Amino acid sequence: MTNSRLEKLAADLQRILGDRQIDISCALGELTLLVHSRDLPDIAEVLRDHQDLGFDTLIDLCGVDFSEYSTDTHAGYKREDRRFAVVYHLLSVKHNHRLRVRVFAEDNEFPMVDSVMPVWPSANWFEREAFDLFGIIFNNHPDLRRILTDYGFIGNPFRKDFPLSGHVEMRYDPDQKRVVYQPVTIEPREITPYVIREEQYGREEI
Amino acid sequence: MAEIRNYTMNFGPQHPAAHGVLRLVMELDGEVIRRADPHIGLLHRATEKLAENKTYVQSVPYMDRLDYVSMMVNEHAYVMAIEKLLQIEVPIRAQYIRVMFDEITRILNHLLWLGAHALDVGAMTVFLYAFREREDLMDCYEAVSGARLHAAYYRPGGVYRDLPDNMPQYQPSAIHDEKATRARNENRQGSLLDFIEDFTRRFPGYIDDYEALLTDNRIWKQRLVDIGVVSPDRAKALGFTGPMLRGSGVEWDLRKKQPYEVYDQVDFDIPVGANGDCYDRYLVRIEEMRQSNHIIKQCVEWLRKNPGPVITDNHKVAPPSRLAMKQNMEEMIHHFKLFTEGMHVPRGEAYAAVEHPKGEFGIYIVSDGANKPYRLKIRAPGFAHLAALDEMTKGHMIADLVAIIGTQDIVFGEIDR
Repeated sequence: MTNSRLEKLAADLQRILGDRQIDISCALGELTLLVHSRDLPDIAEVLRDHQDLGFDTLIDLCGVDFSEYSTDTHAGYKREDRRFAVVYHLLSVKHNHRLRVRVFAEDNEFPMVDSVMPVWPSANWFEREAFDLFGIIFNNHPDLRRILTDYGFIGNPFRKDFPLSGHVEMRYDPDQKRVVYQPVTIEPREITPYVIREEQYGREEI
Repeated sequence: MAEIRNYTMNFGPQHPAAHGVLRLVMELDGEVIRRADPHIGLLHRATEKLAENKTYVQSVPYMDRLDYVSMMVNEHAYVMAIEKLLQIEVPIRAQYIRVMFDEITRILNHLLWLGAHALDVGAMTVFLYAFREREDLMDCYEAVSGARLHAAYYRPGGVYRDLPDNMPQYQPSAIHDEKATRARNENRQGSLLDFIEDFTRRFPGYIDDYEALLTDNRIWKQRLVDIGVVSPDRAKALGFTGPMLRGSGVEWDLRKKQPYEVYDQVDFDIPVGANGDCYDRYLVRIEEMRQSNHIIKQCVEWLRKNPGPVITDNHKVAPPSRLAMKQNMEEMIHHFKLFTEGMHVPRGEAYAAVEHPKGEFGIYIVSDGANKPYRLKIRAPGFAHLAALDEMTKGHMIADLVAIIGTQDIVFGEIDR
């Protein structure tokens, strides 16, 4: 989107949502709206129904675990205070604009966010996925079951404290004549280390 | 009076019409579907988690394996998201190559969809025809990247290498003698562009063949017309994109509405359906193949006239040439750092979406400044479409379910990720 259209959308959001939004930021040609989780159901309805906004499609919904993010604060919160975020990507087919909405779950131990299924029915499976992979509970979701992991899976695999190789592996046991689970036998290994360089790394000093 | 009750039936995951590993638990009232509950995840490989543990370039081949019938378009969304975060420019020639291969991929995808869909509904011939053409297109993939399916050809900053000047030739074998081999190699004498141009000349006739077999076929129409109807508003609410949305009559195509690369430089039309049923979606996809063919022609013409670099010369992102690396210490260091540590992407987040053959394919990257993504989310169009299967099949017969699965163009690589 062009900058003038982004600025207009940002101004519209500011005017329509008033003090219910915490922050509107614009980066890389994308607009990000940060809201409180308690305001989410109302704001979702406004975003869809207001004639200047008209976000009729929920394109994507995903969870993010910020527990190992490289900065101590993100989006104005201390890293320890807000671990889980839910990110919504909205699209307005009518006005041809996009918006990203971010909501942080208040509680790290029991992360809970209201479901947006009444507003956008497409949230159904996306919320099940975020529940499955991150353990984020979506309040008022009619059918919150695991979706991608195995039947009877334990844990939330996309959390940063879940190892890449998992906890259990599966094999066929010829004695019992069935498939059994056992603790993993492979060692997790890191081929390329995770490196964050300071700013201006490798640039010539001026 | 006998007691009548609904019964529950399993469909898949080994059913040939399930297009892979779909397991459906259906509640049936006679032959009428009351509820269909897809159980997915049998092909879940946690691509997003794996990508968090790999450098940016190492994850490119994972993208091929998402939707494994439209490989390069998946890569396209991924490299676009990285380029957005890095804020680098892609050379114009690379943009044309990408657009050309995106459209080749679209034809590849629609051909497989058409063949499989027709086979599900009971028409065998189209499948054989479609695979004959796929063979030629996969030869294009092979000529440019060395792999027929999982190309890993797009790179952040451009494409891996320029188009080749000659095509691989068939060799005589026990089945094909000298003379037959010469006939098979006839359109492979020139460059890759000549081969593609030859294909674009032949292809509209092939589409006419498919249409002759299907479009006015009575059985085909009986199986598709008024099956799985979705209204425009409902399609938007359910998160439909691509042909599924256009089949319902919504004029929405990212190539036109939010153009990326050089889609605003080429001429093409967007076909739109009217009734939102399986038949309209079939017509939309057939017309899309014709439009893709038209785009490929324009790209070939442009690429012939305009040589140039195909990858950025920013060596923090793309490797230097082999020769420069051997002669220049600076380039040597760039090469070493790039392949041991990988590129560093500035802190921030970006969402990049492309018009995938199946709908909107998006990549959302959260970066914290490291050489690996902090979080990668893949928005697969098929995921949203399959979520609506229950609604689309309610009240239909089991035979219609097969038609609806076919029309959704489901590939489990992208749904289960």
